[in-house]
Amino acid sequence: MFCNTVRRNVSRANILHRCKSTLVIAEHNNEALNPITLNTMAAAKKIGGDVTVLVAGTKCGPASETVAKVEGVAKVLVAENAAFKGFTPESLTPLVLAAQNQFKFTHILAGATAFGKNLLPRLAAKLDVSPISEIIDVKSEDTFVRTIYAGNAILTLRSKDPVKVITVRGTNFAPVAASGGSAKTENAPSGDFANSLSEFVSQELTKSDRPELTSAKVIVSGGRGLKSGDNFKLLYDLADKFGAAVGASRAAVDAGYVPNDLQIGQTGKIVAPELYIAVGISGAIQHLAGMKDSKTIVAINKDPEAPIFQVADVGLVADLFKAVPELTQKL
Amino acid sequence: MARVLVGVKRVIDYAVKVRVKPDKTGVVTDGVKHSMNPFDEIAVEEAVKMKEKKLASEVIAVSVGPTQSQEIIRTALAMGADRGIHVEVSGKDYDLLQPIHVSKILSKLALDEKADLVILGKQAIDDDSNQTAQMTAAMLDWPQGTFCNKVEKGDAGLTIVREIDGGLETIKTKLPAVLSADLRLNTPRYATLPNIMKAKKKPLKKIAPKDLGVDTAARIEIVSVVDPPVRQAGAVVPDVDALVAKLKEGGHV
Repeated sequence: MFCNTVRRNVSRANILHRCKSTLVIAEHNNEALNPITLNTMAAAKKIGGDVTVLVAGTKCGPASETVAKVEGVAKVLVAENAAFKGFTPESLTPLVLAAQNQFKFTHILAGATAFGKNLLPRLAAKLDVSPISEIIDVKSEDTFVRTIYAGNAILTLRSKDPVKVITVRGTNFAPVAASGGSAKTENAPSGDFANSLSEFVSQELTKSDRPELTSAKVIVSGGRGLKSGDNFKLLYDLADKFGAAVGASRAAVDAGYVPNDLQIGQTGKIVAPELYIAVGISGAIQHLAGMKDSKTIVAINKDPEAPIFQVADVGLVADLFKAVPELTQKL
Repeated sequence: MARVLVGVKRVIDYAVKVRVKPDKTGVVTDGVKHSMNPFDEIAVEEAVKMKEKKLASEVIAVSVGPTQSQEIIRTALAMGADRGIHVEVSGKDYDLLQPIHVSKILSKLALDEKADLVILGKQAIDDDSNQTAQMTAAMLDWPQGTFCNKVEKGDAGLTIVREIDGGLETIKTKLPAVLSADLRLNTPRYATLPNIMKAKKKPLKKIAPKDLGVDTAARIEIVSVVDPPVRQAGAVVPDVDALVAKLKEGGHV
């Protein structure tokens, strides 16, 4: 309303400046909202302006109901369609483009997860804009901060593109409150989103009762020093004492000790828990990239020269096969 | 029989500890060891394996970058690629080159070379963008198989196992398609000396983005590149009891 009033008097550039509007693409699994959506909304809030959330899937009820209650959401767009089975980017991209054509958002955001990383660059290419990956801070509506070189340099960049397409590193933005909002819900633009290019077949998800890695308060992580998959039991026992998630270095994943989705690092997951306990992990650059923003880092390693000790708040130079069971027992 | 285009990038070697320039414009690259982006080695290996299985007829390695990028193309040729294309971009233009520019170049080349498959690494370890494959697929309107853990060719297209946050996912795509390689797709081979010698004789064409009609005008401005905050040095404790005490002190137990 305000924008329409001033439109007559001010130049178009100023209008765009004043009327920021952000679309956040919700991530969910047809059953529940992925919590990173709340961290992504925190980045949207920092940009300023209205926040619209798009929920697309084969079953949008649970996620859209959750999103409508989130603080600061102006509107929820719902697109429930069999075409979105498996959340394929080939079907979702035309949907987001249709929403963009109708509402002319200045910013389009998603969490920097496998889902967000898969979808947003495809969308950005269709909009002919250069996407901005995994931001860790918002300086202004066009200036963002991200890490490069495995977190060993911090780049602040100004985007010259008219629409900013951005993925957000969840661990750098505290989630917005999941209550206190009462957004209106409406249907997203309709269209034929059937996708003939790709087809979702199946998923094999790692079953676990433990907290999800990227949002866990405590993580116990193992590396090559564990020597076998069976020995990871030592870490599970320790993790039980904290209600912690269990992670791994690339070496442990490559050696087949644990599945790939536990990998923490530059090319795996980025985590920043309250407490990170690295066991039998040397601390290669690529691993540090994924965990060095943890509040407290504890390292247990028998090699006093291991680089992990350079970032650890508390280090114990000891044989993990003796120290870990002893620690578990004493806690 | 498919023709495969593989993208390879020259980056600072993964084992090098990078140094930020004092003027905050970037990181020091002069005199620093460079090599092929590790994910691109995996992409090349997958393409060469396809050729060995007679699923691919020809493997074309492409690199966008300064003159030294030709060394990386030669490495791909030594691993088994048939010919190379070097799209030369250097200096300030290269500093501001983004995946959007590279994907425009790659999509144009994919059409010009009549490729059926484009295989790229999932991300370059310097800019950590993880965008180029997805954007190339979008520009071509081809399906994308990102973060590939396994790729199999069937009659109608590809069956791809992808690495996702909670585990693995299987999708089917039609051909032509764009793939991005994750770390566990394969183990890249080492180029042998005879193959390195042979690679010197393989054709390598040099072109410029404008030959392909691609505009490389900057999409971003670098405000600053700085060092990350340094963590305070911690304490080494003598035994498990002291570690437990520290955890209690920190309120963790």
